[in-house]
Amino acid sequence: MKILTGNDLKTGDVIWWTGNGWSRHLDDAADVGEHGEEILATEEAARRVNVPYIIEATREDDGSVRPAHIKDRVRALGPTVRPDLTLRPKDPAALDWVI
Amino acid sequence: MYQYDQYDQAMVDARVEEFRDQARRRLEGKLTEDQFKPLRLMNGLYLQLHAYMLRVAIPYGTLNSRQMTALGDIADKYDRGYGHFTTRQNIQYNWIKLEDAADILADLAKVEMHAIQTSGNCIRNISSDHFAGATFDELVDPRPYAELLRQWSSFHPEFTYLPRKFKICVIASERDRAAMRLHDIGIQIVKNEAGEIGARFFVGGGMGRTPMIAPMIRNFVPLDQLITYAEACLRVYNRYGRRDNKYKARIKILVHELGKEEYTRQVEEEFAHMLDIGVEPPREELARIAEHFADPTFEYGPKTVDRSDPDFALWVDRNTHRHKHDSYVSAVISLKPVGGIPGDATGEQMRLMAQLAKRYSFDEIRIMHTQNVVLPHVQIVNLPALWSELDAAGLGAPNMDTIEDMIACPGLDYCALANARSIPLAQRISEAFDASGKTEKLGELKLKISGCINACGHHHAGHIGILGVDKKGVENYQLSLGGSEAEDVSLAKITGPGFTEDGVIEAVEKVTDVYLARKEGEERFLDTYRRIGMEPFKEALYG
Repeated sequence: MKILTGNDLKTGDVIWWTGNGWSRHLDDAADVGEHGEEILATEEAARRVNVPYIIEATREDDGSVRPAHIKDRVRALGPTVRPDLTLRPKDPAALDWVI
Repeated sequence: MYQYDQYDQAMVDARVEEFRDQARRRLEGKLTEDQFKPLRLMNGLYLQLHAYMLRVAIPYGTLNSRQMTALGDIADKYDRGYGHFTTRQNIQYNWIKLEDAADILADLAKVEMHAIQTSGNCIRNISSDHFAGATFDELVDPRPYAELLRQWSSFHPEFTYLPRKFKICVIASERDRAAMRLHDIGIQIVKNEAGEIGARFFVGGGMGRTPMIAPMIRNFVPLDQLITYAEACLRVYNRYGRRDNKYKARIKILVHELGKEEYTRQVEEEFAHMLDIGVEPPREELARIAEHFADPTFEYGPKTVDRSDPDFALWVDRNTHRHKHDSYVSAVISLKPVGGIPGDATGEQMRLMAQLAKRYSFDEIRIMHTQNVVLPHVQIVNLPALWSELDAAGLGAPNMDTIEDMIACPGLDYCALANARSIPLAQRISEAFDASGKTEKLGELKLKISGCINACGHHHAGHIGILGVDKKGVENYQLSLGGSEAEDVSLAKITGPGFTEDGVIEAVEKVTDVYLARKEGEERFLDTYRRIGMEPFKEALYG
């Protein structure tokens, strides 16, 4: 699947396109198929996202989303060396998910 | 240390308001990201993996306690309670909101700090010896010259859009503690045979994807021609630097392609022309600046302390440096606790270091390019009290210049350019060597870890260097040996095929075992490597 990501203009937070808005949670990401570029153009022009781009990802059996590249998995979680600052601070499996 | 005059303050204040307006226009949609990006970068504001990152300049790594306190307060007020000291003697904040950025710059301006020219293709923060103004072995304090260069290069209209970023370093001793010859321009303040003080110029060094050691192009430039000569070096680069190819745009490529002799010839020609124009600031300006760097009033006191506590004695042996006054030392505060993140300090730790500087070091602090902090003037009699407070705050690691005192860039945990994580390696290596007790046996061993070819972690200059690469989407690490950024400067050589994360940690253990088995006398790891060559290490790694 193809999903869209970027950063929130004001806060810089990593955000993911849900199909009708943006979420900080990767699992909310929607498959945009071949419509990524046009969504990005519209959303960036409306300042709802900063520096957006399209990435490859897979939908896992449990419904969760996994970006293909480690860089985007780090973006999705937060710094692996500061679990307390990630989106899954109490999940010991989070680091394994990134690697 | 230098204090802003009314012009300095007015310029910095004006820049804050200019950026406030630019950020407001971006937030209101009146500027696109393409229009805004160069403006924010000119003010040190990057967009990294997780958020905006603000890089704040710490000129030649010198701070006072008021400034360090402000840095700690910014960490708590605007970030997530910590900051990261960098290999450029700067500090970076990792979790900045665009809507707060101008307020942060305003807070910095109140303590005579800014983020100007911490990004972009301009002359960046001038770096220097972290023991400048304190060490026993310097000819003079190099910082007045660094400050003169800072003032010359700040907002210099001709050098705002260079072919690529430009880094200058100034030292004033034979020992190089600042990687001087791995800068675009390295300046060593020297004395000539007539006993006059001048500047030796090395041009065209650097790390990154094409590491080069800067050749010396002028043995002696009179100090009243320092700026003129620097300007001539920059002018030739600005005219002929490769603007067509980002990867060949640094001055090291120009010097290499032209050849040292031809580049030097052109600089000398430009220099002669510039002397006629007369761009050198008046000597009175250097004298005015130098007044700010006068020594504090040192007092005589005991030259020894009670070393009965072995932990304290180890810290003194490892983390203090000989001072020019024999009742004082420079004390290094390690930001490398076992298993910690190299260079990170909490807001609370920054405020504590500020208080300790005020109490024990004439209000002076230095940031090291090795991501530690120095209190430059600590009276020997005060060392036990200082160490007790540092130790209680987790800042007492006795590991300067050991394998546990590694440099590590932010890597893929924070940096948008990185290919692999650096920090977890640093953490695991420090834990492993601390647990095995090998650190002390290894003595001086400089380990440097970069998460990509841009080499912010100085891996080319490590006795042991590690470079993280992306191997089909998986982190992989190249090991290199034999680098040095000191006066015996050399570039490390790659050992062979790369390793996984677990594998590279094991590889570091193997090469250190080779060293311990083969060392002779007081040899450091680097000395043994240079004597026996790469083969025994390769044999241990791949044989």
